[in-house]
Amino acid sequence: MCLGIPGQIVAITQPDHRLAMVDVAGVRREVNIACIVDDEHPLDSCVGDWVLVHVGFAMSRIDEAEAALTLEVLRELGEVQEELAAMRASAGGS
Amino acid sequence: MKYVDEFRDPERARFLIREIEGLVERIAERREGPIYIMEVCGGHTHSIFKYGIENMIPREITLVHGPGCPVCVLPMGRVDDCVALAETPGVIFATFGDAMRVPGSKKSLLAAKAEGADVRMVYSPLDALALARKNPDREVVFFGLGFETTMPSTALTVLQAEEEGIENFSIFCNHITIIPTMKAILDSPDLRLDGFLGPGHVSMVIGMAPYEFIAREYGRPVVIAGFEPLDILHSLWMVLEQIADGRAEIENQYGRVVPREGNPVALDAIRRVFAVREFFEWRGLGSIDQSGVRVADAYARFDAEKKFSVPALKVADPKACQCGEVLKGAIKPWDCRVFGKECRPDSPLGALMVSSEGACAAYYQYGDLTQLAHKEVV
Ligand code: SF4
Repeated sequence: MCLGIPGQIVAITQPDHRLAMVDVAGVRREVNIACIVDDEHPLDSCVGDWVLVHVGFAMSRIDEAEAALTLEVLRELGEVQEELAAMRASAGGS
Repeated sequence: MKYVDEFRDPERARFLIREIEGLVERIAERREGPIYIMEVCGGHTHSIFKYGIENMIPREITLVHGPGCPVCVLPMGRVDDCVALAETPGVIFATFGDAMRVPGSKKSLLAAKAEGADVRMVYSPLDALALARKNPDREVVFFGLGFETTMPSTALTVLQAEEEGIENFSIFCNHITIIPTMKAILDSPDLRLDGFLGPGHVSMVIGMAPYEFIAREYGRPVVIAGFEPLDILHSLWMVLEQIADGRAEIENQYGRVVPREGNPVALDAIRRVFAVREFFEWRGLGSIDQSGVRVADAYARFDAEKKFSVPALKVADPKACQCGEVLKGAIKPWDCRVFGKECRPDSPLGALMVSSEGACAAYYQYGDLTQLAHKEVV
């Protein structure tokens, strides 16, 4: 109930009720998208957007730039460790 | 699925665990004893068990599983009220599946259904509203349940019902709010928490500002966390880094879903449709001031508590249950007298054994009990 599932908006079905068809892992269902529509994101522009769906409502637009940023931080952490490991290995070898 | 696999990469997880180990060592130079971190949200509890995160991280870290599973904290008397509503002639009682098996003092909704009450499992409050449209001669009551994550969906459904002029629809409102609950935990005299993993999906609605007081007044770090294994490890790392640096801030690991200011449309719907209750009774935790909401007076005609007579009796939990102590983190689930014996997922005594987000069900399903028990002794 509290765990959302990511889905992609494929069509606006009932604009006056802010209902859209969302593809969630291959399953299509009509979802209310009122919470992710605003001046910056008018109804029609939402098709194609990835959203997090909770109990039939799209509650958040998944922000690709933010996701990339988080993944970048994780990647950097790994790189530092790899470098340290390489440094240790070469130090140990000399 | 979008941004799921990327956050399950085992190699990145190994890097993060090594970083976490480094931070735990740094913290050990400054202070002694275990580091207690509470994950507030039941969704995190579920992920932590599903991915075996407790077994990956250093023993010095103790994860305390918080009260953030709305099904689990539902008091027995409220379940009895649901059953009473469901058994009212003419009523269709619509509920999320999670709530069906929660035991009331006499029976669960599932048992009531077996005895002939018209209980329908729905995925969304919108499905309950559709039932009302389809059955104009019946009264449809939707069991509104959950923290701020699901509150907007109930609120928007009420607004939709109003717009359409649907009159045979009401909600039995049991929504609860996270901030007073966290405050109650922070004010408890035996508080030993060093930091929090903040609830990701509640925060996508309320934003980050409501947590500020936790850093300011209580000096505890909060990191709003996502739900994939890397999200949780990354968030733990962020909390530990704050502890190691002696900082207390509200940080957001889950930026791809949680905007700093929350969701204005959702917040507006909540503000319009709900009003704060003076107090609300929680299973195992007792009454917490201003922790629940009811339907606001302007929408009273959609309030099942006004439309029908609801018994609203307070019922004590069965004696053998130790759900309250588990919820507060005072004991671990397996320490409960009836864990795995009288209380099992197929025959739950307490609500923590019902929902997959409940700590007891999670331990029962995924826990490596011998190893965890050993860890506790250390
Ligand atoms: S084992 Fe059952 S009774 Fe004991 S705390 Fe867990 S849910 Fe409650």
